[in-house]
Amino acid sequence: MSATQTIDWIRDGQRGLGTRAPAWLADHRARALEAFETIGFPTTRNESYRFTSVAPIAGTAFDLASPEAEGAAAIAAANEIKDSAATAVVVNGCFDETLSAYGSLPLGVVVDGLANAFDTDGSNARDIASQLDTDGLPFAMLNAAFLEDGIHIVVPEGAVLTSPLQVVVVTLPEDKAVMAHPRIVIEAGGQSQATVVLSFVGGGGQPYLTNVVTQVRLGHGAVLELVTDQRETEQAFHTHHLHAYCEAGAILHSRAVSLGGRLVRNDLAAVLDGEGAHASIDGVYLADGDELVDNHTSIDHAVAHCTSHELYKGILAGKGRAVFNGRILVRPDAQKTDAKQTNRALLLSNDATINSNPQLEIFADDVKCTHGAAVGQLDDEALFYLQARGLSPAQARDMLLHAFANEVLGEISVPELRIALEHRLFSRINRYLAE
Amino acid sequence: MLEIKGLTAKVEEKEILHGIDLTVNAGEVHAIMGPNGSGKSTLARVLAGHPGYEVTGGTITYDGQDLLELAADERARKGVFMAFQYPVEIPGVNNAYFLKAALNATRKEQGLEELDAIDFMTLVKGEAKRLQMDDSMLQRSVNEGFSGGEKKRNEIFHMAVLQPRLAVLDETDSGLDIDALRVVSEGVNALRSPERAFVVVTHYQRLLEYIVPDHVHVLSEGRIVRSGGRELALELEDKGYGWIESAGAGARR
Ligand SMILES: Nc1ncnc2c1ncn2[C@@H]1O[C@H](COP(=O)(O)OP(=O)(O)O)[C@@H](O)[C@H]1O
Ligand SMILES: [Mg+2]
Repeated sequence: MSATQTIDWIRDGQRGLGTRAPAWLADHRARALEAFETIGFPTTRNESYRFTSVAPIAGTAFDLASPEAEGAAAIAAANEIKDSAATAVVVNGCFDETLSAYGSLPLGVVVDGLANAFDTDGSNARDIASQLDTDGLPFAMLNAAFLEDGIHIVVPEGAVLTSPLQVVVVTLPEDKAVMAHPRIVIEAGGQSQATVVLSFVGGGGQPYLTNVVTQVRLGHGAVLELVTDQRETEQAFHTHHLHAYCEAGAILHSRAVSLGGRLVRNDLAAVLDGEGAHASIDGVYLADGDELVDNHTSIDHAVAHCTSHELYKGILAGKGRAVFNGRILVRPDAQKTDAKQTNRALLLSNDATINSNPQLEIFADDVKCTHGAAVGQLDDEALFYLQARGLSPAQARDMLLHAFANEVLGEISVPELRIALEHRLFSRINRYLAE
Repeated sequence: MLEIKGLTAKVEEKEILHGIDLTVNAGEVHAIMGPNGSGKSTLARVLAGHPGYEVTGGTITYDGQDLLELAADERARKGVFMAFQYPVEIPGVNNAYFLKAALNATRKEQGLEELDAIDFMTLVKGEAKRLQMDDSMLQRSVNEGFSGGEKKRNEIFHMAVLQPRLAVLDETDSGLDIDALRVVSEGVNALRSPERAFVVVTHYQRLLEYIVPDHVHVLSEGRIVRSGGRELALELEDKGYGWIESAGAGARR
């Protein structure tokens, strides 16, 4: 695909957006579209897409999804956390107020549609959304070119939420392939504490593209657990750029679980920009059949005395493929950085593959940075030990897989979600192994 | 209960067992002694059904059935237990959770009702106490970070909970101090019964002061070169293994 080629379905899709957009938004979209058209869809010649061909996305003429989709309510309901403080639902890219529900939110907590937030006086949503840096991120450019709606969450300074906030993003094609480009903006005020769950689900037999951008700001000393619960359909394409900016003393726990989708590309960037900030960036992913899951993470240690701890664990079956690229940038001023990165993958079949690549860029001298990758099969001696005590081969295998995934899943603070994710993981693994 | 005839086995293309004959009746304790590398663990692992060991000849009959026909897990559920010489560390698998799954798999096979969480915990806490095992070991990952002695104790603990009919203990004494050895031996002795048999593999006769065997067999280079009563163990203690090695196959009886 030539770099300047106009992709008709993208132009057509953009025309489908409302014409009533305010000037800043129209301008934002136009500039993003221009940026995207200058570079086009990435090819495998692009270093960051070397192992991930997005040709199946580029080659599918997606319509802009319509916000009225029959069946979305049921899908959203099936994936809601029962005891969340609030559930905000996005259907085909747009906030759906009628499907959303709020319990008793503490004073000052905002959970709203992003388009509403753009129109709300005093909201930071518009500033944050329009400041998105899409450099090197073609799908984030596309998201900006289609910016219209999504979710805005504000946890005000000092607020401590004991129940999670959940965003359920449903993309539901009807008789044709569709795309949705929701934007999620999360502000965690200084010293606040919260858990936010982003659930990505879909339905229908047609392909769809959920192309999300999530922008997160953590103020001084904020603690945010951000769970990405990605359970798209087998026909889905899912691209997600998550950008988290951490001020001094802020703690981000990102727990990204990818359990669905024909092609999944996550670009996660965390910026530690105040002393004492910490990010734990964890993930579990499963690819089977012909699926591809690509996790590109980037942790930017911008200042001194920050710590990051990253652990990604993959389970690959069938012809499943995975890519892991873990960039750690330690800037010249970021002395006393302590960064640890681990990617471990289990290959359950001979046809499964993974490309794992640490990318350490260290410009300070007094730092501790370690990285490790391990790719292997289930431990035969452990399997034998379990079987020698009476467990069937399948039981033994599940127990080891469970232990493997649980190092990340077990950290998720919402038991109900943890159980749902385990269930999904095992039903998928078993389905594959039964074939 | 167990009848081994002409057993030959190889691992990684190398024949290790060159023809073992051994009969173990219910209620008996057999000790297998022998120098390092003589094939004691190989015999134990073949009995347990380790897939890495290939039986190239001979037969093993257990309770009238062909043991070699059964996979490791089937043998275990039919009451064959091996305490590992080197118990495997399994990070992330809770010791009690695993043992409950193992016990219930066995009970199911025997047509017994599965134990619920409360009955199970009552049972395991009792056994842990008898083996003077810290309760915290129940909630840790299987063998992970256990000391050598804790691992061996955990093996005997598993055995006590699973109540096998045939227990093969592979050098359970190594790595145990004298107090631990006594506790573990008492655990084994408590399980001795007319319905149950033990094959106790050991390098030293010390263990046999606590677990008194009915028969002692000396294994050398993949063959049983001598069999006798308890006194054979004492003789070995006196003379060491040197005389066996020099006697070679000629000492075979
Ligand atoms: N997995 C294996 N791979 C290769 N050789 C093995 C393996 N297991 C045992 N052996 C060899 O078989 C022989 C007997 O070993 P083993 O049964 O462990 O003896 P013992 O328990 O009496 O010390 C040794 O020479 C040992 O090196
Ligand atoms: Mg041995």
